[in-house]
Amino acid sequence: MATFAAANGGTLAPMSLKRLLYNTFLFLGALCVAPFAMAQEGAAHGIPDSTEATAHSTATAHEEEAHGSAHAPEKFNAGKLIMEHIGDAHSWHLWGHTSLPLPVILWTDKGMECFSSGKLMDEHHHAVPCQGAHYTYLLEHEKIQAVHTDGSVNETAKLIDFSLTKNAATLIAACVLLLVVFIGMARGYAQRGVSAPKGLAKFLEPIVLFVRDDIAKSAIGEKHYKRFLPYLLTLFFFIWSLNLIGLIPIFPFGANVTGNIVTPLVLAAITFLIVTFAANRHYWRHIFAMPGIPAAVLVILTPIEIMGHFIRPIVLMVRLFANIMAGHIVLLVFFCLIFIFSKNGESLIGGYATSPFALAFTIFINCLELLVGALQAYVFTLLTSIYIGTAVAGGHDDHHH
Amino acid sequence: MELVTPPIGLLFWMCLSFGIVVWLLAKYAWKPILGSVSQRERSIEDALNEAKKMREDMARMSAGNEELMRQAREEREVMLKEARDIRDQEIAGAKAKAKTEAEALLGRAREDIRNEKNAAITEMKNQVAELSVIVAETILREKLGSEAAQHALVDKVMKDADLRKS
Repeated sequence: MATFAAANGGTLAPMSLKRLLYNTFLFLGALCVAPFAMAQEGAAHGIPDSTEATAHSTATAHEEEAHGSAHAPEKFNAGKLIMEHIGDAHSWHLWGHTSLPLPVILWTDKGMECFSSGKLMDEHHHAVPCQGAHYTYLLEHEKIQAVHTDGSVNETAKLIDFSLTKNAATLIAACVLLLVVFIGMARGYAQRGVSAPKGLAKFLEPIVLFVRDDIAKSAIGEKHYKRFLPYLLTLFFFIWSLNLIGLIPIFPFGANVTGNIVTPLVLAAITFLIVTFAANRHYWRHIFAMPGIPAAVLVILTPIEIMGHFIRPIVLMVRLFANIMAGHIVLLVFFCLIFIFSKNGESLIGGYATSPFALAFTIFINCLELLVGALQAYVFTLLTSIYIGTAVAGGHDDHHH
Repeated sequence: MELVTPPIGLLFWMCLSFGIVVWLLAKYAWKPILGSVSQRERSIEDALNEAKKMREDMARMSAGNEELMRQAREEREVMLKEARDIRDQEIAGAKAKAKTEAEALLGRAREDIRNEKNAAITEMKNQVAELSVIVAETILREKLGSEAAQHALVDKVMKDADLRKS
């Protein structure tokens, strides 16, 4: 955060364009180091002083330390804000000090544990220890840890966090939405028979047909595509809907699910499993002993091909993850510019002067992200189809590349 | 590093919910949707094929109609031509017949006239001859009452006969 402070702690002289650019660059630079800085900060704040008598007093001290007296405005920290927004959370932050508590589900070595996330923080959004049935828990940077009564981390306690976090809740809500929409659509088809689609189906059917004809059929081939179509369709609509949900900033939306490593990881892993199990002998022969290649070259080629089998889904994962996460970060960066130039409320002129540009850029990036959201869903589905296509392609006819 | 470390809880929810969604959608959404879409596509294709077939049939039928019409027209032409020929022949025949009949009539009339004339001439000749015999009788009775007058007449006749001979 040192660079950041330097950037913001300059003189109050009227801001020239040069200085504005300078600040922007410094800020963007600061963003790159923000996660590390945050981690350090976390380490500094994380474990409360063990000399404090009780956990409660620890929390109070912690609060006073952070807030100063009588709710003085917190120092604005763009990096922290952005990381909080793109990360997962155990409660759903609505505004100010209001947030919606979400269920915390913990598996511990002593048994299951279930309580509201509201118990893990006080009214000022500061972590307080929560006495559960088996252990005492403390939320530390969105990570639930078992602590001793004195606040130190309980190293012997084993716990796995199965909480319905913001991302998990959004995920389940999106799944329910997909089920409602598409099963409803299917019911409409059953009622109307072969006549033209109506309502939402009218909008969705061309997309379904696009996935079927232009993604699955063209990449996998007429012979095999039908087997994989249900997965590909679900994949496309799942990624697309979650991308869109992530772009809506107000309450029931806004969780960065596809920009979280878990979603692309699971989807890419399923793709990997499908490719591995659906692959025929032509595919494996191409990997282990490509026909028409001398043995000496095969020594080099085969390891590359084997690596390729694993790298392709990894690239698939990274592409979706990085694109969506980067989109969210850029959006928030432009938005945060307002607060950075207003110098935490000290320079109103700076804030007002920056806001039109910042807003314009935010809107522009948002529109771009709408496109990216659909595009990434398309790309993920298309590449999955292409990988499956190479795995199930039969005979010599399909292997002219 | 925290960004790329998958939390186990979310991983669990993701696998669970995505798995359920894929299964449920495959069973209750994609299967009926894709089924009825392909059914509709088939029915559209069938309808198009049928329409095409009907159009071809129609084209074939209208071509047949045209052929029929053409034939009918040709037949009519032929019939008309025949009728005209027959008419012309009839007229010509009638004319010729009328002419010959007229000529025959004329010929007969002329013959009749000639016969009548001949008959009239013959009758006239007979009457003249009778008359002249009567006249001659009368004159002879008058003139040849005497011998001398008879001689004179013989002489005169003789003379006339000579004259007639020359």
